[in-house]
Amino acid sequence: MRGMKMTTENQTFAEKFDLLGCIQCGRCTGGCPVTVRTNLNVRRFVYDAYNEDLLDELSRMAEIWDCTGCHTCAVRCPKGLKPLEVLIGLRSLVVESGKTQPTVRDALESTFMEGNPWEKPRATRGDWMEGLDVKIAQPDQSVENLFFVCCTIAYDPRVKIVAQNMVRLLEKAGVDYAFLGEDESCCGSEVFTLGEDGLFEMIVEDNTELLNEYQAKRIVALSPHCFTTFKTHYPDLNKPVLHYTQLLAELLEQEKLVFKNGLAKKIVFHDPCYLGKQSGVFDEPRRLLKAIEGVELVEFNRARERSLCCEGGGGKMWVESESKIERLAETRIKDARALEADIVAVACPFCVLTLEDAVKALGYEEEMRVAEIMELLGELDGAQDKSNSA
Amino acid sequence: MTEKPKLGVYICHCGINIAATVDVEEVTEYAQSLPNVVVARNYSYMCSDPGQLLIKNDIKEHGLNRVVVASCSPRMHEPTFRKALQEVGLNPYYLEMANIREQGSWVHEDREAATAKAKTLVAAAVAKVRLLEPLTSREVDAEPAALVIGAGIAGIQAALDIADAGFKVYLVEKSPSVGGRMAQLDKTFPTLDCSACILTPKMVDAANHPNIELLAYSEVEEVGGFVGNFDVKVRKKARYVDVSKCTGCGDCAKECRLANRFPNEFDEGLGKRSAIYLPFPQAVPAKYTIDPEKCLFLTRGRCGKSPKCVDACRAEAIDFEQKDEIVTFKVGAIVVATGFDVFDPAKKPEYGYTDYPNVITGLEMERLVSASGPTGGDIVVHNGEEEITPKEIAFIQCVGSRDQSVGNEYCSRVCCMYTAKQAHLIKDKIPDATVKVYYMDVRAFGKGFEEFYDRVRREGIRYVRGNPSEIFKRGNKLVVKVEDTLTATPLEDEFDLVVLAVGLEPRSDDRKIIDLLRLSQSPDRFFLEAHPKLRPVDTASDGVFLAGCCQGPKDIPDTVAQAKGAAASALIPLARGKVAIDAQVAEVIEDTCRGCGFCVSICPYTAIELVTINRMGHSVEVARVNEALCKGCGSCSAGCLSNSIQPRSFRDRQILPQIAALGGIR
Ligand SMILES: Cc1cc2nc3c(=O)[nH]c(=O)nc-3n(C[C@H](O)[C@H](O)[C@H](O)COP(=O)(O)OP(=O)(O)OC[C@H]3O[C@@H](n4cnc5c(N)ncnc54)[C@H](O)[C@@H]3O)c2cc1C
Ligand code: SF4
Ligand code: SF4
Repeated sequence: MRGMKMTTENQTFAEKFDLLGCIQCGRCTGGCPVTVRTNLNVRRFVYDAYNEDLLDELSRMAEIWDCTGCHTCAVRCPKGLKPLEVLIGLRSLVVESGKTQPTVRDALESTFMEGNPWEKPRATRGDWMEGLDVKIAQPDQSVENLFFVCCTIAYDPRVKIVAQNMVRLLEKAGVDYAFLGEDESCCGSEVFTLGEDGLFEMIVEDNTELLNEYQAKRIVALSPHCFTTFKTHYPDLNKPVLHYTQLLAELLEQEKLVFKNGLAKKIVFHDPCYLGKQSGVFDEPRRLLKAIEGVELVEFNRARERSLCCEGGGGKMWVESESKIERLAETRIKDARALEADIVAVACPFCVLTLEDAVKALGYEEEMRVAEIMELLGELDGAQDKSNSA
Repeated sequence: MTEKPKLGVYICHCGINIAATVDVEEVTEYAQSLPNVVVARNYSYMCSDPGQLLIKNDIKEHGLNRVVVASCSPRMHEPTFRKALQEVGLNPYYLEMANIREQGSWVHEDREAATAKAKTLVAAAVAKVRLLEPLTSREVDAEPAALVIGAGIAGIQAALDIADAGFKVYLVEKSPSVGGRMAQLDKTFPTLDCSACILTPKMVDAANHPNIELLAYSEVEEVGGFVGNFDVKVRKKARYVDVSKCTGCGDCAKECRLANRFPNEFDEGLGKRSAIYLPFPQAVPAKYTIDPEKCLFLTRGRCGKSPKCVDACRAEAIDFEQKDEIVTFKVGAIVVATGFDVFDPAKKPEYGYTDYPNVITGLEMERLVSASGPTGGDIVVHNGEEEITPKEIAFIQCVGSRDQSVGNEYCSRVCCMYTAKQAHLIKDKIPDATVKVYYMDVRAFGKGFEEFYDRVRREGIRYVRGNPSEIFKRGNKLVVKVEDTLTATPLEDEFDLVVLAVGLEPRSDDRKIIDLLRLSQSPDRFFLEAHPKLRPVDTASDGVFLAGCCQGPKDIPDTVAQAKGAAASALIPLARGKVAIDAQVAEVIEDTCRGCGFCVSICPYTAIELVTINRMGHSVEVARVNEALCKGCGSCSAGCLSNSIQPRSFRDRQILPQIAALGGIR
């Protein structure tokens, strides 16, 4: 693999992660959501990693794999450090030494070979489009909104409905759009957090080249993970990136989005870390939900900047958690239950998967459901093809 | 030039500051070889007495008529060497400095290159100094009065000192009462004296002092002129109450149709006031004010059949016809004492300040514990369900301070101590309360501070080392999510009340004062002093001084000390009665000036105007420089299309040879 070892050669660990900037205030660990169920203490890693001799030992500690990449530590740090990146740096050492868990290794290899971490063939990336008349982007044709689907949405039978409903909605609203189709390839979000920085660097280069080639005004990402990764790790991208909720809120304002039916349900919105905390998109998803007639929107106590992570990110999809303590997704679903919500609405494919698991584990299937906002919007128009959802 | 130039060149070692990087001997030898140089010497500290003596003796002995000192930036020592020249009868403007320290030894490591550069800088200074002309500085009368802007403790103290020295003071306060933030405080650390008890007498003194004219509820609108001669325009806002009649009885506020409807700013919104109000009982002046944005009569033109305040006021003081008044006066010096704002914790949403009524700021806590506060000093809070006396109380330090994520990198200097103070006061009032202080470092640097911190801890206040990351609610308790960093234990501690020790910030309305007085800001956005150590109360605008928290966060002792310093500095021009005007200012060559006025539009100090003159029987317009306003910055000169305006000592014919020498051309 090209550039396996890319850590800027002449930079020490301490320089790369600004470890000397740390004042050991503890806000990172204080805010870290997983401390209630694992041994991870990210502040201690920031402290200990200053000692180069300890790096090897630190990289062998199991808890470096407990980080969900939620970025709470980075958002709260008063000195501008990104504590989680120290953990990622340690993961890199493991990846470099080739001693990763097999699941992680497979996900990385699949991303390298097939452009997705789900071990699916590249050639079937467009299968979700079956039965739909989707406009595919051409490099020489200008388009206003270029859509980026996300590996999980493209391949996972549970969430591909997000993209499918999006196409229907765009067609109906007369939006100028195009999808990348089979040319699309993983944004690298999880590759980055799993610590495969050589591969990540390559992905960024390839994707930048690919995306820059299209004459599009902007990129619209369906997943907050791709959205935030583009925004923070793609310095040379030549167009702005939006999350789909931002585009839809815009359409709502321009009165181009009209919902045929209402939905008389009590809905609580769960802020995905990558959308809210990391990118500051809090209001748009709520605006969409409020625009649905009959919806009673309630709020979690821990909402917006204080949203509780669902543990779906940071490569956690490929790392089994050892802890026997209640999963955060379950805590979240219990809170939703206490609010008597009928629907936990989310705007992220990972949150759908983790929270839905929690609903099942807690046996709440009768009382509530988890739904991506795009699913709900599809249902409003009766446009959804039920057979498509798993 | 009539006389043949005879130059002395003096190269300073500045201890090892210069000598360690620049070969001073080599530079001296080189200087000696330059044209017109009679003597060249080097010495360890040119600015010292013996160093100056060296120059003076050479001037006398060799009949030197020009001097070059190669040392530091002229900012500090140009006046020193000018004085030395003058003392032996040489025109002080026959001096040129070559800055081989800031532009040389301090920024280079390579000795050879630094030495070569020092030589070039010396050659350039030599090229210029030969062409300098003698100048004389003038003096003008200074107005024996001062303007003090802001009447917090800083402004009050500065005004009192200047007034006590026998000079007139105009004390302008924006809000209806003097007193500032200190008036809002309950007790004060570290001595726990009651804030009102020590402040109120000063507030009254300021209002009654025969030399102080208090302009409360007023704002400075314009400042023109220069040190010694500022022209000031102040707007006295209409109170809609005739202050000569108002007795301060308060009948109006009780009767107001909107009685107790609005959050009282003085109580940080914890108490209520009417549309006509006195900010607090000890307010000075003790006169009521109608809030024009709230009053029914002023906003809608009617208030029932007749305004209730008018009916209630036995002194007939209500006057809805009152208009803003403009007052103008002249002063010789200005003290800026506009204070601070507290950090708005809504900018740190993770603490839930806007969501939970029992998450409050330190300033709100001051009002809550104050006997004159909205609860009469009872500590009661609403936990979202009911009013309670909190039994488990947390303080969070450094909220909005030392925090890049909100753009405030500085330490606010008072929060550690006011937290200790408030923790003590709470423990006093609710003895069975558990009080915890979450901190990252305790900064108890002032006189008596560490001792106070020791005392408070021993009273049973638990200090936990860890800065909380988040607050949320569980049942009717607030959960503080934090790590005890000393034991590396992540905690979710539960409380009834959380007090955020909010830091100090520049006022949000500072822009106006900055523009009015041409102040600069330091990177922390507070007003910038002229020198961080040696001119701490001066600003880059001559005659304008700083006092109190507008210059940076500080406690009351430091505020008062600085106010006294600012008063003493402001008194210098007033007491002397004269101010010197720099001679190195721009000069217009009227014969070639075309009167286009371009320079007028360029000058950042509005020092240039167009005047009409008679040129061979024709009236023509030409530019004229007000020498007192001109800073000699040269902007005009760079803009002038006919080369008709140039600063003295920086004329083209003086600096072009200097530039040529820098380029290696002699
Ligand atoms: C919660 C808290 C507790 C504290 N406790 C203590 C303590 O116990 N002990 C201690 O030593 N220090 C304490 N301090 C610090 C103390 O409050 C300050 O040192 C002091 O108030 C600074 O005074 P000042 O005059 O500089 O500013 P301010 O008190 O802010 O006064 C400034 C004045 O200028 C006026 N003004 C502003 N702009 C204009 C304008 N453009 N034109 C006219 N007027 C204007 C304002 O209305 C105000 O009256 C505490 C601070 C806080 C926040
Ligand atoms: S939040 Fe930042 S400064 Fe504080 S302990 Fe963590 S890394 Fe260090
Ligand atoms: S990113 Fe989230 S899970 Fe990872 S260390 Fe930071 S706060 Fe903890």
